[in-house]
Amino acid sequence: MIPELGHFALIVALLLALTQAILPLIGAQRGNLTLMSVARPAAQGQFVFSLLAFGCLAYSFMVNDFSVENVASNSFSQLPEIYRLTATWGSHEGSLLLWVLILGFWTTAVSVFSRHLPDDMVARVLGVMGLISVGFLAFLLTTSNPFDRLLPAAADGRDMNPLLQDWGMIIHPPMLYMGYVGFAVAFAFAIAALLSGRLDAAWARWSRPWTTVAWAFLTLGIALGSWWAYRELGWGGWWFWDPTENASFMPWIAGTALIHSLAVTEKRGAFKAWTVLLALVAFSLSLLGTFLVRSGVLSSVHAFATDPARGAFILGFLVLVIGGSLVLYAWRAPKMLSGGGFTWFSREALLLGNNVVLLAALGAVLLGTLYPLLIDALGMGKISVGPPYFNAVFVPLMAPALFLMGVGPLARWKEASLPDMLSRLKWALAISVATGILLPLTLDGFKPWAVFGFAMAMWILLTVLIGFRERLKNGARLSSLTRSFWGMQLAHLGMAVGVAGITVVANYQVERDVRMNIGDHTELAGYTFTFRGTTEHQGPNYRAARGSVDVSKNGKVLYELHPEKRIYNASGMPMTEASIQIAMFDDIYVALGEPLDEAAQTWAVRVFHKPFINWLWIGALMMVIGGFLAASDRRYRIAVKATAPTGAATQGA
Amino acid sequence: MKSRHKKLLVILLGLTGLGIAAALILNAFQSNLVFFYSPTEVAAGKAPSDRAFRIGGLVEEGSVKRDPDGLTVRFVVTDTSKSMPVVYKGILPDLFKEGKGVVAEGKIGADGLFNSTQVLAKHDENYMPPEAAQALEQAAKAQQTLVQ
Repeated sequence: MIPELGHFALIVALLLALTQAILPLIGAQRGNLTLMSVARPAAQGQFVFSLLAFGCLAYSFMVNDFSVENVASNSFSQLPEIYRLTATWGSHEGSLLLWVLILGFWTTAVSVFSRHLPDDMVARVLGVMGLISVGFLAFLLTTSNPFDRLLPAAADGRDMNPLLQDWGMIIHPPMLYMGYVGFAVAFAFAIAALLSGRLDAAWARWSRPWTTVAWAFLTLGIALGSWWAYRELGWGGWWFWDPTENASFMPWIAGTALIHSLAVTEKRGAFKAWTVLLALVAFSLSLLGTFLVRSGVLSSVHAFATDPARGAFILGFLVLVIGGSLVLYAWRAPKMLSGGGFTWFSREALLLGNNVVLLAALGAVLLGTLYPLLIDALGMGKISVGPPYFNAVFVPLMAPALFLMGVGPLARWKEASLPDMLSRLKWALAISVATGILLPLTLDGFKPWAVFGFAMAMWILLTVLIGFRERLKNGARLSSLTRSFWGMQLAHLGMAVGVAGITVVANYQVERDVRMNIGDHTELAGYTFTFRGTTEHQGPNYRAARGSVDVSKNGKVLYELHPEKRIYNASGMPMTEASIQIAMFDDIYVALGEPLDEAAQTWAVRVFHKPFINWLWIGALMMVIGGFLAASDRRYRIAVKATAPTGAATQGA
Repeated sequence: MKSRHKKLLVILLGLTGLGIAAALILNAFQSNLVFFYSPTEVAAGKAPSDRAFRIGGLVEEGSVKRDPDGLTVRFVVTDTSKSMPVVYKGILPDLFKEGKGVVAEGKIGADGLFNSTQVLAKHDENYMPPEAAQALEQAAKAQQTLVQ
């Protein structure tokens, strides 16, 4: 009964989404206020019914209703309650339902926080979001119904993939989707601007906080995914350049370019067409990312052959959204005049340079991700593009990006002076170069990439400090600085922290695979690891061999780690659960390989020393907080009139 | 310079930069592509001898052997028609098992062994690495045509 109620709620949500899409768009075109006013209630109703459907599915998971196919395939009676709840979005169907729910949430948020927007703008934005909802709801209902029954009901479920049974995975998908779907708001604002022809500083000011918040969520989602991979995959890596990761990274790069381009459009009225294009690209890549990961096309392009309806729908939808928006863009964008001239050396030009570099990086990732799929789909053989390609391309491209990141916020709008910039930045430049050269000397071995990484981290840190110092010298007090400024500085500082972390861990981590008997020990990075054997351990839905490893330094035992080798009851799937001692400056990571001689308790053991790895997550978190801080700036909350940019040009971007 | 000329200059500089970036990207791409070959293709001499490639199929039953150091593993990858001996030093992924699908990346050594630097993990018990599945499929097709 409950699953049918959920199915029914989805159908109602689809009808409401159709209403929300069609009537307000017509109304906005004809200037009919009655039709336009349908947008808000329809959007909110759609959200309520999506929430009801989601609740029904979650309920089916919680009560172990194995007559629902989705539950039977992705859950298990012994699965702990929290994972039964998260299994709701663990499958293809469930995750698309989550997508719809989050889109409903964003739409409702726009409908509530848009009181000061013109009616036709609201109608168009909500209408476009309604169209996206229609696409996703129709896809769910026609090809991927999460409420399909299984007759006769299964006796028990097939369990959730053990790798996903981790609390990083509980919050990773919702955060990631908050980011993906958040770009739908930026997309809808862009389409609305193209439709209405109104693309001014006020438009940029409306869409900017939404975009920044979406970007912050996406940052958080990606960081959580990376953190999960580090802890759960048992290989100690934090980024693999895997297509599933690239799928979320591409919209992030586009989004990063977009928030910087929006800054110029808001403050200076320039880059209008470019900003709109980036908004279209960011959301298109979000859609692409969702489908790449969720359609099964990555594990095999032939997954579509087994379910042609899904593949055809996805391709059709992508073509419609991306193609349609680009056609609209090509038609309307040339009519948009960009204001605000600027010279080749100005904050605008530097931001433009940064945008170009980011897009080049995006192109490189896109090529490496899609090319193997294309070749496979064309039947031209199988190839893979691994981390060596991405590292070889991405790291050098980050050099100009990070350099510009330091200069941009200190340059004047419109026209900056090169001698002036040089005199302000000469010390920062010298100290950064010195740090890059000297710091690796104190560490274990001189690595060229470490020179680059340290210099860049120090460069960003110093330019952020200069930014504060100059503001204070000009009479501002810390309390009078805007949240925009704090947010930008914090996010940039987060980047410096992250770059420092990446530099250390990528260049100075050490690992060792060893064969260990009880009492054997091995040395790594000054620590001594002693293997104390394994004991049987019973988990809620698995049994495990739990190892004991003493970690000591200078003869004193510091930590006792317990890596596990688990076998899950339902699937019989083995899994390595690493044990990690987390600290500010270094992680110690121990994982059990395989038992080499079970009677004698001999195991292959993998030990890692990961210096500074936590700086990555800390840096990402600073970027997230910076994003939220910037989006909560006072000027977004006061009503803005559609006028030209004011004299606030000296304020932070 | 007039502002128009400056603008032109900036655009030209930008395009040059993009051109260099594109050249670097394509060059890196070209040299880092890893091709996949099935054991049958390797046996037919189609695989390169100087660069790394991937091989996939099933881990032959009873073929997994360990050297006394406990970390060097030898096994045979087969597509049921031809097979390829592989040697790998390190910890194998959780789902590595005799009779199951596997993909290994590496080079053919002078001894004719496939020196693997990486044995790929599958994320799911039921899921066969696509390359391995394709190798088996091709071998099966080839055998069918032989029978006919």
